[in-house]
Amino acid sequence: MLSRTADHLYWMARYIERAENMARVLEVTYSMSLVPNAAQSEAALWLPALEIAGNVDLYEEEYGSVDAANVIHYLSMDVNNPSSIYNALRNARENARAVRVDMTSETWENINALWLEFDQFRGADLSKTGLREFCDWVKARSHLFRGVCFGTMLRDDAFSFVRLGTFIERADNTARLLDVKYHLLLPDEEEVGGAVDYYEWSAVLRSVSAFQAYQKIFSDTIEPWRVAELLVLRRDMPRSLHACLDEITPILEQLSGRRQVECRRLAGELHAKLRYGKMQDIFQRGLHEFLSDFIDSNNLLGAEIQRAFLSINAS
Amino acid sequence: MQKSTESFFDEMQLDAVDLDESRVRQIYSAYQNWLKDIPHHQLESKRQEAELLFRRVGITFNVYGEEDGAERLIPFDVIPRIISANEWEKLSAGAIQRVKALNMFLHDIYHQQEIIQAGIIPSSILANSQYRPEMVGVDVPRQIYAHVAGIDLVRTSESQFYVLEDNLRTPSGVSYMLEDRKMMMRLFPDLFRRYSVAPVDHYPQVLLKNLRAVAQTNSQEPTVVLLSPGAYNSAYFEHAFLAQQMGIELVEGTDLFVRNNAVYMRTTQGPQRVDVIYRRIDDDYIDPLVFNPNSMLGVPGLLSVYRNGGVTLANAVGTGVADDKATYIYVPEMIKFYLNEEPLLENVPTYELSKEEDLQYTLAHLHELVVKEVQGSGGYGMLVGPAATKKEIEEFRLRIVSKPANYIAQPTLALSTCPTLVEAGIAPRHVDLRPFVLSGKTVTLVPGALCRVALKAGSLVVNSSQGGGTKDTWVLEAEVLEDTQGSETSRETKQATTIKTKQKAKQKIAEPAC
Repeated sequence: MLSRTADHLYWMARYIERAENMARVLEVTYSMSLVPNAAQSEAALWLPALEIAGNVDLYEEEYGSVDAANVIHYLSMDVNNPSSIYNALRNARENARAVRVDMTSETWENINALWLEFDQFRGADLSKTGLREFCDWVKARSHLFRGVCFGTMLRDDAFSFVRLGTFIERADNTARLLDVKYHLLLPDEEEVGGAVDYYEWSAVLRSVSAFQAYQKIFSDTIEPWRVAELLVLRRDMPRSLHACLDEITPILEQLSGRRQVECRRLAGELHAKLRYGKMQDIFQRGLHEFLSDFIDSNNLLGAEIQRAFLSINAS
Repeated sequence: MQKSTESFFDEMQLDAVDLDESRVRQIYSAYQNWLKDIPHHQLESKRQEAELLFRRVGITFNVYGEEDGAERLIPFDVIPRIISANEWEKLSAGAIQRVKALNMFLHDIYHQQEIIQAGIIPSSILANSQYRPEMVGVDVPRQIYAHVAGIDLVRTSESQFYVLEDNLRTPSGVSYMLEDRKMMMRLFPDLFRRYSVAPVDHYPQVLLKNLRAVAQTNSQEPTVVLLSPGAYNSAYFEHAFLAQQMGIELVEGTDLFVRNNAVYMRTTQGPQRVDVIYRRIDDDYIDPLVFNPNSMLGVPGLLSVYRNGGVTLANAVGTGVADDKATYIYVPEMIKFYLNEEPLLENVPTYELSKEEDLQYTLAHLHELVVKEVQGSGGYGMLVGPAATKKEIEEFRLRIVSKPANYIAQPTLALSTCPTLVEAGIAPRHVDLRPFVLSGKTVTLVPGALCRVALKAGSLVVNSSQGGGTKDTWVLEAEVLEDTQGSETSRETKQATTIKTKQKAKQKIAEPAC
């Protein structure tokens, strides 16, 4: 297939996934803000959401101080924020439009319908009302997108690039979420177990649809290191880093065929770390270090995939 | 319902009384009966449904110079234009004849130039900006230049059709012919039981077959691609649609590159050779090394490969010289010269303003003539005398006087009207017709056309860029129609007739049309 086509498909999937993750972060932060919590200021509560999105500087330039209404607007509708849900969905649709030929008409119409439906939220002040509904809608559309791809697309390279985009983006988002939250939530002295803490950690779990999974697997109180284990090493947890690499590695094997490409090696290396790594060792070195390393490697992997398959100059 | 205007031929009504009461042309009688049966608001609700569906599928076009997100729908009218089998036979024979002659002319003008030597066309044509000296002496496969041609036809009376212009560069609109039909079948399945409408869905297959037939390299399994300017082009939907229907890659200039006298596309598995390019980019932008050096859309070096036979372009480079309005005048002469036949379709009488006599006449009659720029397209740069204000006429007069050779003039044609759903109800609106002639192994056209309709009351300009809409065009397979809404017996008779004519149609496809 055309490199440009592959590029559009890959980014279409990444942007949809990005929108979904942004909606998850917003939703969780919002529900946290409803828990009575004298210790935390509004700014302290909403700053992590910005950090996960990774555009704090741009925000400060535009709005100055951190408050709920501004962060919600910035992350959902802001035209100037390249990672806002608005821009993610718009970019997903633009990428889809450029290669509508290479997906099934159901897939295209699904994304086009998403964009048409988005209009109902334009101009609404989500910080006052309707944020929940908006986030639910974004998540539902993302589920629908994956479903329509899975259910209608031929299992060829086009499908592989769509999947690749989804999991590279998801791995990045899960790692960021965990990193920011862990950093922030884990007190200096290990004083865990308070009620607020419980809410905080259950919110993290809910944000990656892992709350029920946690209860099922551990049937115990929520402990930070177990949350970390669930989101890093558990391969049966669909948003964990391990699960993402479980998807990425074979796709790259199949796409590269006999070609020796760096992205394939890199994915293999990363995969091995997650597959054979032990939580104990990760904690010993520091979870934060581990996660920032992972985020860097995952970015590099994205760049190498770009270089091997998607770049217009790859000939 | 509004009355039809008396002075224009109407596709449906024979007299200018209310549509309910009017006598209608025989081919519309079943439609009129159906119309009487359906609830009053059904047409309008179907129109809204169509709009919703078109938006959902993304059948939109971009408007140049507007902010992005400004994707528009071409208005779709739910009342079909119906053409009888007999009428169609004449039109299609005429259009095929015309395209054959035009292709022969293009070969001639880039080779021996016999038509100039015979004194039929003045040698000044070689100075036309659409004439490409780069194509002189280049042999193209099967001597076909215009693989896809759109012939614009207008009607002024029951028996009189005129060719308004030939579109031989990158004619567009065929996707509307196909999508409008799909929409009509979805909205009004019951109407398709009353009429045997000739199918058009096979257009992409015929086109693909023709494109494969003109491959010069790897002619067993040629790789055909569609070259588009990209997602921001106004006709992008059509490019994507056709590529998908034909199952070929939709490429942009940056996807292609030239190496060792061959064209390749960049794929995830490395370079792949391309044999035929169905290009929807104008000559001027196709190769920055030869034509417009600022073009970001084309492929550097493409023309050189093309000239050496390393790839086929459809349509060929240089077809613009044949559909120029200054050349149009000579098409009937071409048909006589190359085919030794009488033209089956007439040209609109045309004044050449480079001739003093014609210029004087035109300047004296601007208020009743249509004046067009020779190389203009899309309805820009033209004057419709009867509809123009005094000021507009005087402004245009100055433009003509400063460069008369840039213009031609034609009498304002009484374009036929067709009932159309507008805000006030059903009203007559002016229409034209663009069938698409495909040349490859054979010269054929599928029984259908793009029908454009001027939605503004009284307007004669049907271009979509000027607010025109489209209608589905029904070419009927049988002359016999159900005139009432059908007892079982008449339905059976109709089915029998349909089967017979379908067999006839099949035979037609099997025979080479040239």
